[in-house]
Amino acid sequence: MTDILEVTDLHVAVEGTEILKGVDLTLQQGEVHALMGPNGSGKSTMSYAIAGHPHYEVTSGDILWNGESILGLDADERAKLGIFLAFQYPVAIPGVSFANFLRAAVSSVRGYKERARAEAGGGNKVIGSELMPMREFRQELLAKMDRFDVDRTFARRYLNDGFSGGEKKRGEVLQMAMLEPKIAILDESDSGLDIDALRIVSEGINKLVADGMGALLITHYQRILNYVKPDKVSVFYQGRIVKTGGPEIAHMLDERGYAWVEEELAQALA
Amino acid sequence: MATEVDRKALEGIKDEYEYGWSTPEDYTFKARKGLDHDIIDQISDMKGEPDWMRQFRHKALNIFLSKPMPNWGPDLSGIDYDDIYFYIKPTDHTGESWDDVPENIKETFDRLGVPEAERKFLAGVGAQYESEMVYHSLREEWEKLGVVFVSIEDGLKHHEDLFREYFSTVIPPTDNKFAALNSAVWSGGSFIYVPPGVKLEIPLQAYFRINAESMGQFERTIIIIDEGASIHYIEGCTAPIYDKDSLHSGVIEIIVKKNARCRYSTIQNWSNNVYNLVTQRALAYEGATMEWVDSNLGSKVTMKYPAVFMLGEGAHAEILSLAFAGKGQHQDAGGKVVHAAPNTSSKIISKSISKNGGRSSYRGLLKVGKGAHGSKSQVVCDALLLDSESRSDTYPYIEVAEDDVEVGHEASVSKIGEEQLFYLMSRGISEEEATSMIVGGFIEPLVKELPMEYAVEMNRLIQLQMEGSVG
Repeated sequence: MTDILEVTDLHVAVEGTEILKGVDLTLQQGEVHALMGPNGSGKSTMSYAIAGHPHYEVTSGDILWNGESILGLDADERAKLGIFLAFQYPVAIPGVSFANFLRAAVSSVRGYKERARAEAGGGNKVIGSELMPMREFRQELLAKMDRFDVDRTFARRYLNDGFSGGEKKRGEVLQMAMLEPKIAILDESDSGLDIDALRIVSEGINKLVADGMGALLITHYQRILNYVKPDKVSVFYQGRIVKTGGPEIAHMLDERGYAWVEEELAQALA
Repeated sequence: MATEVDRKALEGIKDEYEYGWSTPEDYTFKARKGLDHDIIDQISDMKGEPDWMRQFRHKALNIFLSKPMPNWGPDLSGIDYDDIYFYIKPTDHTGESWDDVPENIKETFDRLGVPEAERKFLAGVGAQYESEMVYHSLREEWEKLGVVFVSIEDGLKHHEDLFREYFSTVIPPTDNKFAALNSAVWSGGSFIYVPPGVKLEIPLQAYFRINAESMGQFERTIIIIDEGASIHYIEGCTAPIYDKDSLHSGVIEIIVKKNARCRYSTIQNWSNNVYNLVTQRALAYEGATMEWVDSNLGSKVTMKYPAVFMLGEGAHAEILSLAFAGKGQHQDAGGKVVHAAPNTSSKIISKSISKNGGRSSYRGLLKVGKGAHGSKSQVVCDALLLDSESRSDTYPYIEVAEDDVEVGHEASVSKIGEEQLFYLMSRGISEEEATSMIVGGFIEPLVKELPMEYAVEMNRLIQLQMEGSVG
């Protein structure tokens, strides 16, 4: 079965100010959809709203997972469905090692916790016994670190604490590889990367897409699209999607800038 | 690194851990409630002590009775001296039955995975928990090196000269009201002597030779580390310990001689009915290092400020203090460092967490005396508040009598960041688990100083304490 995420006429407000003004978008597994738009157009707001950030209030419209609304679900429940957000600015959690964090996350998303609870017959289990077995986890983590070109020393470092911009983005790709989402939203995963890091991050995304992941690639520049080939490109402007088409749109934007979109929009409204 | 022998012994410990019961003593004695000179005589008679100790106890009782209750800290008005047994032989604890142990304590044992055999002891209905085989094989090794690690009673009985040379020299009964109380009625605790140059890799754990007495109310411990020697002593365990006795008042005296090193780690997790008022102090001589790793998770009220007096040039003190105050708890913890010699250095790191209306305070003294040229000290206090009803206070006292010293004090109070929570939750981690993960990260700098098995248990414990604190 192919999982589908649909956003329909989505309006989102932050602290009373409407940022998204009716977004429609469909994402499915195995598909790469690039979302381009100028700063402040609401791209990140949309990614937070889909992931379930409590501060982003959906005032109307809906977000559907295989046809069912997920607006009532908390962020962790959405992650368990298979939705992943690669953050533009990953948050540091001092004192928590990358490996321990990831083991807890993987155990939760893959249902180890629920199974442990069910086995205990609703009773209480020893804390820690509901995690993915350490040996299995470690093997998989090391294999994926190698496959996604992430240094093995990451495992013991504190999550995003003191990471360079590039390291953070690579860490996000590694998390994505471990959590195996159905649909990932990548919020400017290319920003702040040098050319080598951009290549590594892009290759990671490509591998996961080849494995069946759907990706919404939010970006400012056409640059990453040289590495990750989108099936569709949409242009985001002032809180809504104003244009959708094939890869050619990205090239147009690159050549003519967002002014081109503004002009088109002005003409359409005139 | 641990030696091969150490490693074997450690492996053995895990196996022995679950079966380490020994036959309880069948002798019982319980003094009546309340405290007066007759009780002191009864205690001294029971223990068969030399006369000088009996006289010491009587004098200490007079000091206790003459001192007012301290009123500068937490509320102690709930202590009723007339309603306390000041001396109970360990077997009397077995008079209670497992059925009397509160359900929440039993459930906590389940969640922490505490072995069956330990539970009764921790719940106060078993008299002793001794990991016999392992403890004895370690003890033989220690004895070969000349290390003395015995109960405080055996210390007085079999090493009286050494005992008398140091007993009460670091903390005299006049020090404070509770030191006086302990001096009058002390019972249980450890007596440790480490000969010059002996460095022990495996921590000495009170847990191995503990009985209800030494876990008890008025523990007295003396540790003497001779020149160039080094040990790590661990007191307590991470599992909660249930005790219906409401007042605990320990005294820990440590002497760290020239170039010696001592680390003393405490994990205090008394049940929430206990007033835990402890005086612990170390003297550090030339080039010596003293480290206190002090974690306070349980009790109703704790007042504990581990101290290091640096008496010799180049001595170093380190105090890591962790306090976790939940509902109805007041953790008044901190540390004292006194620089009384040149080029001494100290570091105090305090981490406190308050939730569900709990209150934690950092109370610290940093004193640089006359003549302590070139000394350095750094104090860092971080507090984490989990909700708006909880409270955190800082009472740092700094006295500096010299100019050419470096003294730094930093304090911060923070709340759990929403962005941190959202980030973790977006990875499928529940809000509750995310919160305890962030708390675990907050105290990690301290937990990593504990031996591995304690660190693992400590993280479980924090997770358990965090449960139900969200929403």
